[in-house]
Amino acid sequence: MISDFLLVVAAIFFISMIFCLIQAIRGATMFDRVVSIDALTALSVGILGFLSLYYNQEIFLDIALVYAIIAFIGDLAVSKYLSGRGLEE
Amino acid sequence: MSIATVIVYILLAVSGFFALVGSIGIIRMPNVYNRIHAETLCVFGGTIVGLVAIAVFQGWSTFSLKAIVIALFLFFTSPVGSHAIAKAAHESGEGLSPDAEVDRLEEAKE
Repeated sequence: MISDFLLVVAAIFFISMIFCLIQAIRGATMFDRVVSIDALTALSVGILGFLSLYYNQEIFLDIALVYAIIAFIGDLAVSKYLSGRGLEE
Repeated sequence: MSIATVIVYILLAVSGFFALVGSIGIIRMPNVYNRIHAETLCVFGGTIVGLVAIAVFQGWSTFSLKAIVIALFLFFTSPVGSHAIAKAAHESGEGLSPDAEVDRLEEAKE
């Protein structure tokens, strides 16, 4: 009963990830792309959580935590690297 | 159907709704700063609420502890990342929207 609803919400998250990917491909500047990829990683962390409950595998949540940490480090590194440059790619 | 199950269903529905609205906002918004607004909606309303729903469904266990830890981590680090990206965009000369009236960061630099 709840597993069906979990799959529906995971599908909604997947559709949202596709929207973020579209924006990351067509983004006007590089900062648009960085923001879209950041949202995409957060949504994939949510999908990993839902799948861990669906398959009853606790190890998926460890992967989700590591993925969230990597996304945060990547955010800071990219923003430090890109700050002060022009907007041309 | 117990009261915890009802809460889990409500939280999951809220999570899916906000994830969809946030990603549509990322596509529709005109500006980097407005996109950061929509992205924060995705992270907080979508992912963190979903992880809290998982923790409520599991009850007291290491499973729910891990979900709460991930939710707290995102709660504290997502605003930091958004702030860093916004500051980098402002330093690179990304303009505000035409409707904006004040730019306090630009005034503070002078």
